[in-house]
Amino acid sequence: MTRLRADNLSWSQGGRQILDQVSLSFAGLGPIFIIGPNGAGKSVLLRMLHGLLQPDSGAVLVDDRPLNMAARRAQAMVFQKPVMLRRSVQANLDFALNVAGRPASEAATWLEAAGLQDKVHQPAKSLSGGEAQRLAVARALAIGPKTLFLDEPTSALDPAATAHIEGLIARAVQDGVQVIMISHDIGQVRRLAQEVVMLHQGRVLETGPADVLMGAAERGETRAFVNGDLLV
Amino acid sequence: MSGFTEELAGALALIFSGDAALWAVVGLSLQVSLSAVLIAAAIGMPLGASLAVFRFPGRGAVQVLVDTLMGLPPVVIGLMVYVILSRSGPLGVLNLLYTPTAMIIAQVILVTPIIAALTRQAVAASHEEYGEQLASFGLSPRAALATLIWEARPAIITALLAGFGRAVAEVGAVMIVGGNIAHVTRVMTTTIALETSKGNLALALALGVILLVLALGVTLAVRLLQGGPQDTRAIS
Ligand SMILES: Nc1ncnc2c1ncn2[C@@H]1O[C@H](COP(=O)(O)OP(=O)(O)OP(=O)(O)O)[C@@H](O)[C@H]1O
Ligand SMILES: [Mg+2]
Repeated sequence: MTRLRADNLSWSQGGRQILDQVSLSFAGLGPIFIIGPNGAGKSVLLRMLHGLLQPDSGAVLVDDRPLNMAARRAQAMVFQKPVMLRRSVQANLDFALNVAGRPASEAATWLEAAGLQDKVHQPAKSLSGGEAQRLAVARALAIGPKTLFLDEPTSALDPAATAHIEGLIARAVQDGVQVIMISHDIGQVRRLAQEVVMLHQGRVLETGPADVLMGAAERGETRAFVNGDLLV
Repeated sequence: MSGFTEELAGALALIFSGDAALWAVVGLSLQVSLSAVLIAAAIGMPLGASLAVFRFPGRGAVQVLVDTLMGLPPVVIGLMVYVILSRSGPLGVLNLLYTPTAMIIAQVILVTPIIAALTRQAVAASHEEYGEQLASFGLSPRAALATLIWEARPAIITALLAGFGRAVAEVGAVMIVGGNIAHVTRVMTTTIALETSKGNLALALALGVILLVLALGVTLAVRLLQGGPQDTRAIS
């Protein structure tokens, strides 16, 4: 099991402190939810944990070693806006399997998991939002990651599509994949979260087991989120 | 007016009768310009893609060079190549002046910056869209380059077509370094210039019609690539 640690991560841009001494430690599979208002720094933090952004100071540690290329290859990420290559559905899966050095024969399983068996040859860019997001999650899982990052994977989806994605996530955790995801959907946090991190203005406001935080958060901002109040 | 109609009829007769002199000129034009585009693509595509993705020492200087060469009038490029290839020039010993090879060299210099600049633009857009995803897949920037170029292929083919259009339509540079010698270095544009001045409008018009058709073909191909049904983002 992967032990992922953020050690004092700070990052500023244009004189603004986007992340401010963020320290976190994830040992379980989760799902671990990062919550917080728009602009809190959630997406930036996820990019940093995946090695796509370098912190000004601090470090990301995987099993107590600095995040390197090998460790990064054991991670996968689904972006806030799914990125589809200008190819067919099948070719998008093939591409991911190929870069991960996995057999092409595994594509069929993931096509089925994504529910896209009858859209195999369709250009991936022409998929609907829900279909594209399903493919993005399946494609990320096809890599066989130890850790999967998801940036608001269901924010633009209807309940049926959301249920499908949540099913894929739950199955991934059962299969031993550590899941770290961002969501604004309090219902989703209640359904899936094991652990919750509340980020606010680039700082970790509080963090803990989901059932504790959902029941009795210490901070007013977190309680407001849990109650579904508009935090402004 | 009747004079023009006659000349046009003569031109069409030349085209459709398969006039040997006419088609030899067309053939040489295509040979020179297609060779030039092929070589320019081999240089300009990797160069443009590298400029889009990598930060390397001298990158700024290369950008300035590419942009400057792109803005240079073709006759100036012709003059530069002439000076280099002329008997007393640094490459005079190669005896290339007034040969199709000299014309290819001039057109390569003319077209490479266009292909490089358009490729840079296309690959920069593709990097913007796919760069993070490819990095997330664990690809190094070098390994990602081929995919970025492949994802930008409609725009890159457009760049190649634009380069070909520029090369085949150019007069000044090939006139200077080719010398417009009959049966040797006479291409469509230089023949038009010469035959028009001699009053042989039929041949000039015939070549004009062929260039027009070529230009139309390139334009249609570009439109097809950019507005094709494949690209669903063309709307937004
Ligand atoms: N590359 C960048 N350069 C400058 N500022 C950036 C950059 N990336 C993010 N930011 C800024 O950092 C802050 C946090 O951005 P981030 O995308 O992490 O927010 P978020 O918590 O994911 O918000 P949302 O819920 O809206 O997705 C924002 O104010 C954003 O403008
Ligand atoms: Mg975000």
